[in-house]
Amino acid sequence: MSLTPLNARPLAAKTLAGAPLPGTLAGPPPEVVKSPGALSLEADDALFAAERPVRDPLAVTSALLYLDAITVSFDGFRALNALSLVIGDKEMRAIIGPNGAGKTTMMDVITGKTRPNTGTALFAGVHDLTTLDEAAIAELGIGRKFQTPTVFDMHTVEDNILLAVKADRRAFANIRWHRTAYEKARVDELLERVRLQDHRFRRAGDLSHGQKQWLEIGMLLAQEPRLLLVDEPAAGMTDQETADTAVLLREIAKTRSVVVVEHDMQFVRDLDVKVTVLHEGSVLAEGPLDQVSADERVIEVYLGR
Amino acid sequence: MRGIIDRTGGIFLFLVLAAAVLVPASNLLLPPSNPLHVPDYMIPLIGKYLCYALLAVAVDLVWGYCGVLSLGHGAFFALGGYAMGMYLMRQIGPRGVYGNPVLPDFMVFLNYKELPWFWHGFDWFPFAALMVLVVPGVLAFVFGWFAFRSRVTGVYLSIITQAMTFALMLAFFRNDMGFGGNNGLTDFKDILGFSVQASETRLALFVASALALAAGYLICRALVTSKYGKVLVAVRDAESRTRFLGYRVENYKLLAWTLSAMLAGVAGALYVPQVGIINPSEFAPSQSIEMVIWVAVGGRGTLVGAALGALIVNAGKTWFTGVLPEAWLFALGALFVVVTLFLPKGVLGLGSQISERLKKPAAPAAAPAE
Amino acid sequence: MRRPIPLSRSCLTFRHWRRRRRGAGDGWAQGGIAASRLAGAAARASFVSFRVCMKKAVAAGRALALAGLLLLGLAALAPTLAPAQAQTAPDLAPTELAPTVAKFANDSYAQTAEALAELSTTGSPQAAAIVSALADGRLLYDPATKAVYIRLADGSLQDAATGAKASGAPADLSAVRANNRVRRAIEAAAGALSLLDADPAKRRDAAAAVFKSRDAAALPTLDAALAQEKVADVKAALAEARAAILIGKADAPEAEQMAAVKLIAARGDQEALGLLRTVPASAPPAVKAAAAEGIAAIERDLKFWEVAQNVWYGLSLGSVLLLAAIGLAITFGVMGVINMAHGEMVMLGAYTTFLVQEVIRTSAPWLFDWSLAIALPLAFMFTGLVGILIERTVIRFLYGRPLETLLATWGVSLILQQAVRSLFGPTNQEVGAPSWMSGAFQVGQMSITYNRLWIIVFSLLVFFALLMVLKRTSLGLYVRAVTQNRRMAAAMGIRTGRIDALTFGLGSGIAGIAGVALSQIDNVSPNLGQGYIIDSFMVVVFGGVGNLWGTLVGAFTLGVANKLLEPFAGAVLGKILLLVAIILFIQKRPRGLFALKGRAVES
Repeated sequence: MSLTPLNARPLAAKTLAGAPLPGTLAGPPPEVVKSPGALSLEADDALFAAERPVRDPLAVTSALLYLDAITVSFDGFRALNALSLVIGDKEMRAIIGPNGAGKTTMMDVITGKTRPNTGTALFAGVHDLTTLDEAAIAELGIGRKFQTPTVFDMHTVEDNILLAVKADRRAFANIRWHRTAYEKARVDELLERVRLQDHRFRRAGDLSHGQKQWLEIGMLLAQEPRLLLVDEPAAGMTDQETADTAVLLREIAKTRSVVVVEHDMQFVRDLDVKVTVLHEGSVLAEGPLDQVSADERVIEVYLGR
Repeated sequence: MRGIIDRTGGIFLFLVLAAAVLVPASNLLLPPSNPLHVPDYMIPLIGKYLCYALLAVAVDLVWGYCGVLSLGHGAFFALGGYAMGMYLMRQIGPRGVYGNPVLPDFMVFLNYKELPWFWHGFDWFPFAALMVLVVPGVLAFVFGWFAFRSRVTGVYLSIITQAMTFALMLAFFRNDMGFGGNNGLTDFKDILGFSVQASETRLALFVASALALAAGYLICRALVTSKYGKVLVAVRDAESRTRFLGYRVENYKLLAWTLSAMLAGVAGALYVPQVGIINPSEFAPSQSIEMVIWVAVGGRGTLVGAALGALIVNAGKTWFTGVLPEAWLFALGALFVVVTLFLPKGVLGLGSQISERLKKPAAPAAAPAE
Repeated sequence: MRRPIPLSRSCLTFRHWRRRRRGAGDGWAQGGIAASRLAGAAARASFVSFRVCMKKAVAAGRALALAGLLLLGLAALAPTLAPAQAQTAPDLAPTELAPTVAKFANDSYAQTAEALAELSTTGSPQAAAIVSALADGRLLYDPATKAVYIRLADGSLQDAATGAKASGAPADLSAVRANNRVRRAIEAAAGALSLLDADPAKRRDAAAAVFKSRDAAALPTLDAALAQEKVADVKAALAEARAAILIGKADAPEAEQMAAVKLIAARGDQEALGLLRTVPASAPPAVKAAAAEGIAAIERDLKFWEVAQNVWYGLSLGSVLLLAAIGLAITFGVMGVINMAHGEMVMLGAYTTFLVQEVIRTSAPWLFDWSLAIALPLAFMFTGLVGILIERTVIRFLYGRPLETLLATWGVSLILQQAVRSLFGPTNQEVGAPSWMSGAFQVGQMSITYNRLWIIVFSLLVFFALLMVLKRTSLGLYVRAVTQNRRMAAAMGIRTGRIDALTFGLGSGIAGIAGVALSQIDNVSPNLGQGYIIDSFMVVVFGGVGNLWGTLVGAFTLGVANKLLEPFAGAVLGKILLLVAIILFIQKRPRGLFALKGRAVES
């Protein structure tokens, strides 16, 4: 694994109090491992991001997300076939591909829902994603938005955000819980950001489809992830909502890495980022949308259809 | 505390505590001719209902808030009952039929030479009381540890909880398990030195049941109103979303599950001295399913509704088996069907269901497939 | 994937889709007899192509019904062929009995016993008649002429030596007397004489009796019988009887004892084991060694047969589980409906059998052997209709809410149980077995009862009939279409409600059929179903939901495992262990043995 560091910045040391996170690669002493996504009280995301550790000295790669030769098969069917993908810090990437190309399976692998048969999946260069469960990966700082908006229908909009706000996730800690000023501020801020402050006390189940999509994005932001995986955010949205979502995502991508899986070409064009085309479980092409859409093979398998 | 007790809960607690005071008062102070006098035979009967209500609250904690439909809570109830039963058996001492100072009658009958190791210590009340919590708790913890960790959910979980209580029933029916086999444990003489037959003891047990119900309700209520409770509901409604938010769903479930089992154990322990017997039929899967319907009748996910449902159904059962014994199973069966079809929110949710109906007259009575 | 399929191509596309899907979801149970027939009604839907599809379904349905009938007929065919053996009388030389018979007239116990001993070696039918007459006190003699007679049942007299009618015999005849010694001699003679009887079956029985009694006195007769025996299996029985005597006989020559030990060891059963253990301590070392070797070999052998027998019991239990679970595999596995009243459907099927037999007993007893064949279609139809009724009135409002369905169907099961209890009473009902279901035969050292054998055969027939039949009909296709994408299926003109009802009816009907079979081996009472419901769920969950093959493997695995555990752990503990094992297994593989993987698993 000899990768040239993409953005080798000096270490901004800020360790999270408490035990080192599990799942670090075997070998190095765990106490040196720096944790990403340290608790930030700053409302300003840019400031927050600047204080974040960028590069771990033990990292084998400078990429935030590093997938190499990932293969997943179900009963002989190869959902992912030696997929390799590298996402840099604060990079936004659009992933397109026909149905069955393996987009959702790739997200499952990154978030720990599916274990790959073979391959390497590293986060921030040190965390082996293939050995961690969903909760641990989420705490590392990977957030995921589902294809169909998944929020807690019976809870209020406010509680939905509250449950997502970065805090102690342990069961006993949450029994003796009192709302902190920080939580209150974060909830207010995020509700405003996803424009749901007027719906604060409504049940999430009563929201419209587009509102639910935004609520889910808000929950993701509350997690303070370093990497966001967004599955078809524009599905079922009006044109205006779609455009707004593109703006929102681009804004988010200023401080975090974002991977967007999308079908809507106009939306991808609005995002204006590097595009990766998946086909039959591996990468077919990579580059700016214009370049990719000119690719013969891409036209053949995807756009031409 | 104000966040914990809402209006319904307040009324409920008031009623339970009032019963704890008024029922003994009426029994002791009013002459039998007074229409408000609670006759002696009613005391253990209502006490039994209160135990069932506590059990229903325990079932509701896992089903209503955590989405775990347990068809095996009867096992935890019965284990708590057996722990208490063992204490009561040891209290009999040489007063048994065979007069053996150490061995309970059934052991003499089955040619036991000495007390099995797991019977030791049960003659000491604090130990037995601890076991009432520990035995169901440990079983639930081990069972839940495996089940939740391997993400057995929904119907599968229900079926294996049913298998668990079924296996325990078969085991307790065996004579060589050392729990009295088919006949279970009975012929109790006294508890903490007081005769279990004495009406004062029965009143005390009644009050203890009422207080346990109130305490159990408060514990569950405190849990579900905390952020922990919010997470539980989140798990119930969108488990994988909760996971991707970074919550260890299995730990949340395990905590609620184990606590629920311990509450069920307490209910069983209070139940046994009031009815005077515990036998393996308490483990029968049908018993456990019946508990679920109490919760459904009262209103799932409300705690108060669960207790209410237990009271309603069991009062109905007593009435039916007295007046129309043949019809009881018909009534119970119909109750299962009617409640699931027409009362998804139970009796407690009837008001809101009606007002929703009035608001949206077009909505069908029963929601079709999602 | 989300692209809508043009309606005009619906039929073609569905078929195509099915072909493509074969690989992935083959185990999905499909369709049913009655269902496909009713599907004809759905053909009134407005699409032409759709109608074509449906017609095919109807045709297939008819073929199915035929196949089903054939199947039932097959089940009714009883093995009535009993081996008829030609009776060959032993080729006995005519013996002159007179000198022997004359000894009876001497009124001496010693002479009488001597005469009996002589008679026993003759093998003549007349000798047998004399012995039995003596036993009954009908053997008379004339003290004056020393003539011996037999008094027949009608009071007339017969000459004992010749069997000829004796006329003009004197009236003052004396009976030949018997003391204990004579009586023993009579018994021995009777036994020995039947060794020489004309009927091979009687000779075989006599040999078996001697084998058991190991009476050394029978040895001479045995030798005589062996010498003239022609029927092979009788000869073998005689030889074994002889060997049995020789083994315990201390003064027998070593070579003969050796041969006897070998012969007995070759028998290989429990009795042989007992015999070999009787080899006296004084026997020659070689004989003792041979006996020890024989014992070891037999014990090995018996152990094997014991395992084989347990496996057989396991298969039998597995077939019962399969029958009980197979209907559940459809309602639970395919439709996702938790039907807690499934056991009650089995119970209703058993009660249908009971009613059919009641009617036959009172009005057409000659039909009794056909009672099960008659009960099968009736049970299928009755429980199927009950199932459809339940689906239409309760379950259809609860799709997508499995836990509520569980509770509601549990309520239905309580109602059905109590209804049967009110109608027929809580006691067990008598359900008889047709002649072809009773009896047993021996394979090696294990015994196989016909009812168990037929139930295994029947369960497999039902399984494969269901599998095959449903794979070939369109109903199965519709079922999968509806369960996988209800709205799409509805958009293509499938009447989803009807398909739901029919599928549920099919699953219930099969439970009813299972009830017919189970009525043969279980008590028919209102609680019949309760005993099966947990086991059935275990089978389905263990095998993998949505996979009929999984149900088959699951049923037989659990059945055999249960029976193999029983010798070590006892019946109850074995069952507990198995339940615990399943609980642990579900933890390991939450979706069973044959789980579907990939996208189909989602949600």
